Amino acid sequence: MANLVTVFLFLGVIAYGLLAGADFGAGFWDLLAGGARRGRAPRALIDASLAPVWEANHTWLIYCLVILWSGFPTAFAALTTTCYIPLGVAALGIVLRGAGFAFRKVSLRTPEQRLYGAAFAASSVLTPFCFGSVAGALASGRVPAGGGGNALTSWLNPSGVLGGVLAVLVCAHLAAVYLTVTARRRGDGDLFRYFCVRGLASGVLAGAVSAGGIFVLRADVPRLFHNLTHRSLPLVLLAALGGLAGLVLLRAEEVRGLREAAAAAVALVLGGWGVSQYPYLLGTHVSLQDAASPDATLGVLVGVACVAGVLILPSLILLFRVVGRPGVDGRPPRRRS
Amino acid sequence: MTTADALTYLSIPADADPEQLFPAREQMAFTLGFHIILVPFGVALTTLMLIAHHRGLRKGDTEALLLARRWSKVAAVLFAVGAVTGTVLSFELGILWPGLMKNYGSAFGFPFAVEGLFFFLEAIFVSLYIYGWDRMRPWAHFWCGVPVSLAGLGGTASVVAANAWMNQPAGITLEHGKVVAVRPAEVYFNGAFWLEFLHMFIAAYIVAGFVVAGVYAAGMLRGRRDRYHRVGFVTGFAVAAYALPVQILVGDTIARQVFGDEPAKFAAIELLPTTSSHVPETLGGVLADGEVRYGLKIPDLASLLAGFRPSTRIDGLEAVPAQVRPTDAEATVVHWAFDIMVGTSFLLLAVALWFTWLWWLRRDRLATSRWFLRCASACGVVAVLCLESGWVVTEVGRQPWIVVGHLLTRDAVATHGNLWPFFGTVLALYSAVGAAAVWVLRAMARRWRQQGDAAAPVPYGPEHEVREGPVS
Repeated sequence: MANLVTVFLFLGVIAYGLLAGADFGAGFWDLLAGGARRGRAPRALIDASLAPVWEANHTWLIYCLVILWSGFPTAFAALTTTCYIPLGVAALGIVLRGAGFAFRKVSLRTPEQRLYGAAFAASSVLTPFCFGSVAGALASGRVPAGGGGNALTSWLNPSGVLGGVLAVLVCAHLAAVYLTVTARRRGDGDLFRYFCVRGLASGVLAGAVSAGGIFVLRADVPRLFHNLTHRSLPLVLLAALGGLAGLVLLRAEEVRGLREAAAAAVALVLGGWGVSQYPYLLGTHVSLQDAASPDATLGVLVGVACVAGVLILPSLILLFRVVGRPGVDGRPPRRRS
Repeated sequence: MTTADALTYLSIPADADPEQLFPAREQMAFTLGFHIILVPFGVALTTLMLIAHHRGLRKGDTEALLLARRWSKVAAVLFAVGAVTGTVLSFELGILWPGLMKNYGSAFGFPFAVEGLFFFLEAIFVSLYIYGWDRMRPWAHFWCGVPVSLAGLGGTASVVAANAWMNQPAGITLEHGKVVAVRPAEVYFNGAFWLEFLHMFIAAYIVAGFVVAGVYAAGMLRGRRDRYHRVGFVTGFAVAAYALPVQILVGDTIARQVFGDEPAKFAAIELLPTTSSHVPETLGGVLADGEVRYGLKIPDLASLLAGFRPSTRIDGLEAVPAQVRPTDAEATVVHWAFDIMVGTSFLLLAVALWFTWLWWLRRDRLATSRWFLRCASACGVVAVLCLESGWVVTEVGRQPWIVVGHLLTRDAVATHGNLWPFFGTVLALYSAVGAAAVWVLRAMARRWRQQGDAAAPVPYGPEHEVREGPVS
């Protein structure tokens, strides 16, 4: 039962990474888009593609949190009493980001838009860094079973920083890829090339950091390194392949299969981490089984996840479809190319 | 497990409070107190919007349709702020109260998983509804809003289930203080669940209704007495006014349930130091050194209300073991919060009766009676005050317990690190977000008034594709 709940938890982590990750990345590009006039076009595209979906995407975080604290309460408490600094910063970042984004949309004056936009964009970089570093702390075994680990060195260490930087870069890459495809769909050649270049740059950078990260893990977390190069090797290789395929497609300015390749690469990296970590939840000292709640609670969580599959997924698909649909009263039809 | 059992292994001296306890409690109170104001708009404003929408479609009422459209834009902004401040609460459960999550997460935690499901549905359908204006066929679009209201109902039930469980924990088996078995149905549908849920759910409709009505009443006071303002006012006010008598009935029932099931909380509510019969109802007053000072006493009333006869015995605070007795200050806060909640409820009821009288006999006076409009425009703020004080009664009234009879608040709090910087940042950030939200909503309303809807950009809406990015 604990394994089943873990699978559902990890599906949530992957969904959060692929959907909200791209939203964070969009904030990254929003931050770098330059002044109000120069950044107008890319910001408009970011606004239009994020607005209808970001709240639904954000909800995957709540899903992961509630499964973690109900299913593995002791591990959750160990994590929060150790990594309270990055988690606290991430929580505040989420407030700034959501409020900033929502307020910018309804503001007309440039100085206000600048203020809200800056809050949205800066926290979109800070928050994934914090989540990445918490993942690093968890994977490198720096969260003691009883909690209360070192408040700084638990996440400010080679693995934590690697996790944080990688999270920011991967989010940026995903966002650039999604926005490239959206720009092409809208037939906007300038923005298409704008995000194509940024997708390539962030992709190459993310790939380089991942490759370098292998050596960091080898020194810092030998067990994880061993499993990544043995048990999860197929996943790691497939992820590398997906990442490369994405870069080739970007270089060739081809959008068919581009989003799928980039998303698959990220999902496979996350999956590879999960498989390498198994059967431990914290480092190598707390197993999933040790930390798991009584069976009845796990049963409820499995039930919730199944109902989510039946109710939420079709609703999400409906939302994503309506977002791309033209108006009923003869508004311009969606352009395909 | 009874309180006395719990005390056998909880033998901590009273002065052993961790230094983190005070900032943690204040931060939780502040963030929850902030979030709870947004809850009625996620739960009930969306329903008001659907009522107006339905009227607009059914009767071809263009003003009602315009109201629905604008309320959806307001709901979009408030829903976003509510979503992120709600997320902060989930982080705080872990960061501030690890003892609660570690020991009871398997029971206390899962209602939130159910809530997550409802919140997910709500987030998806809110987006669909807001984005669906002009993109979907009118009735299909209307039906996209209905799951939002239903999800609000389910979400409220789930969050309240977790809170009610802290007041009346049930459905767990403990071995050496560790939860070894959970009976989910008993946890969720615990003894305090149904009434507490109903109370919060109706409160959401009352607050949203009065706040919405207050906005249009203020507009009418400024001379904007068109049909648009009247429909907006009546839709909000009528919903709140209908809900209010039901709420008072539910509240009265809860008070008797608390009398039976949570005697310590009831003693604090009544500000009663010693157990006795013929207990007077004390209005106001403070508890100092175990004695009630000042305050207005109405003979026998507390006993009458609790057990329908003056001879009803009510346990005083002295019946609570000294180690887990609320302090004088805590009891006074609970008592005042209760008095404010009841007092403001009856104030609101008086305005609601005034409204009914005008509606039946002198409908033409509804938009012109300045004194009625003044009172009606104040109802929104009064309703928020009522909501906040009700929440203080249930939360402070549980102290010193976080889970009654099982876990003391001071044993649940984080014991590492300095929480003050976190709290300080939260205070600054929330103040900024709150001020910006008010500012942004007022600017939206001003724009609608001056330029109409076409010129105003629509949050999350299709018009936004036309006008985007900074305007310089």
